[in-house]
Amino acid sequence: MDWYPLVNSLRIAAISTVIVFFLGVWLANLVVRAPRLVKGVLDVILTLPLVLPPTVVGYLLLILLGPRRPLGMLAAEFLDLRLTMTWYAAIFATVVVSFPLMYRTARGAFEAFDETLADAGRTLGHSERWVFWRVKMPCCLQGIVAGAVLAFARALGEYGATSMICGYTPGSTATVSTTVYQLWRTGDDAGAFAWVMVNLAISAVVLLAMNWFEARGRASSAAARGAAR
Amino acid sequence: MSLTVDVRKRLGDFTLDVSFEVEDARETCALLGPSGCGKSLTLKCVAGVLTPDEGRIVLGDRVLFDSEARVNLPPQRRRVGYLFQQYALFPTMTVEQNIAAGAVGVDRRERARRVAEQVRAFRLGGLERLRPAQLSGGQQQRVALARIMAGEPELIMLDEPFSALDGHLRWELEMELTDTLRSFPGGALYVSHNRDEVYRMCDTVCVIDRGRSEEKLTVAQLFSTPATLAAALISGCKNVSAARVAGEKDALTLLACADWGVTLASSLPLPEGVSHAGLRAHYLRVYRLGEVPSGAVNVVRCTVDRVIDSTFSTIAMLATPGGARLRYECEKDAWAALAGERELAVVADPGIVMPLAGGGADA
Repeated sequence: MDWYPLVNSLRIAAISTVIVFFLGVWLANLVVRAPRLVKGVLDVILTLPLVLPPTVVGYLLLILLGPRRPLGMLAAEFLDLRLTMTWYAAIFATVVVSFPLMYRTARGAFEAFDETLADAGRTLGHSERWVFWRVKMPCCLQGIVAGAVLAFARALGEYGATSMICGYTPGSTATVSTTVYQLWRTGDDAGAFAWVMVNLAISAVVLLAMNWFEARGRASSAAARGAAR
Repeated sequence: MSLTVDVRKRLGDFTLDVSFEVEDARETCALLGPSGCGKSLTLKCVAGVLTPDEGRIVLGDRVLFDSEARVNLPPQRRRVGYLFQQYALFPTMTVEQNIAAGAVGVDRRERARRVAEQVRAFRLGGLERLRPAQLSGGQQQRVALARIMAGEPELIMLDEPFSALDGHLRWELEMELTDTLRSFPGGALYVSHNRDEVYRMCDTVCVIDRGRSEEKLTVAQLFSTPATLAAALISGCKNVSAARVAGEKDALTLLACADWGVTLASSLPLPEGVSHAGLRAHYLRVYRLGEVPSGAVNVVRCTVDRVIDSTFSTIAMLATPGGARLRYECEKDAWAALAGERELAVVADPGIVMPLAGGGADA
């Protein structure tokens, strides 16, 4: 069995999760502190990919990044990069599709954060940066990690937008999900089934990891409450 | 370190308008008022985490805020220690890290020295590696104080420091906190709604009534001559009646008390704009009708409406001629001598009839 689709899927999901992590945390922190109107508008825009069909996302990405579109031409001209039909083109699709999951969980965590802790940091003389990285992030870490795991899982399973922006080329743009479809389409039932099993295994591991994080969070906060009494 | 605060801030329907001065270097000044009156908002303005609409805040020779001169120092540079109501310890840091977080802008050796010093001063030895959630409420308060002191602030502000604690713990901690405040070289602001706490721990008091500060008083003045209705109520005065000045007699002011249906003579100083009269439940004297001492002034004939047996005293609700009831409180033995009477004579000496101003209040 050629493991290239798995390796490719994992690297795409990993890179896209790193991007989505910083982007999601940054924008969530921005939106939480924004005035109400700006908050409402930004929130709709940032959550949109969650409810759009992935094919619509793929279509919009092609309009933006296609080889005969301004961005695609610029990248080809100055960076010698093709933004479609390459393995890394899938990263655009997975970033857009998995972003709302990261953003919304991070936003929830930031909204639950007790701002007096930040005020305490400020009155003690600490900079905004210190308050964010040393107080706010550690307090919200559980929610943020959960968001990152969800975003990783979603990126790993992305199909619609990915297949539109980079198609299926064995050994190049093939991912686990596009491989399953391709093998089934060409009548290779055994091959498709093997990849389905791989997919199930990965999903189970991700869900187990998430539950473990959650249980650990609950246990530590319960222990904390117990000790306070 | 003197502190001058004179700020205004609108928040929706609520308007904060406070102005007071803490002149003395080591004075502990209480901001006293019911919850929601703007005490905590005032502290936030001084700390710089809330920006007033206009006004001026000066600490020592440093202007912290001045809307006219467009000065607004960020909280980081105000050097004001703020003990938050729930202490606001950083939950993911240990006790030691929390205290170290208070020593900002010093090198590692100095920080370690200050942490060690505060751990000793607040008896936190052995708890250094624990996290806030593993501490009792009292220990949490000590860590929060240690963290503030590690920053060597010029002023400390305490926001209801005992509200997060159980009753039996409070007394021990109150004595400790009193010592901490005494040994602190700068001034302190103490926010509370508890008059007893304020009486025991503070030197001066500024009553805040629905966002407005009243004239600063010494703690003794607040209890002897509160001058305003809000101050009388928050200082624990149980009996108030709408009243107006009805003249003068033998150098005493006559107050016509509408709710009680009587005119009482008062020897206390008369504030501007008297609208109410106040009588403290403990200071009234009550006699059987035939046993009132001769020469007594302000005798009010009341009907016993209700008698309540309280923990260590007896409380009697006595209906006045005007209909409103007077609350009278005395030792259980003292009441035993009066029990069974349907009518009693209440004597309010002119020295305890408090003329009160500021009755726009719907209190």
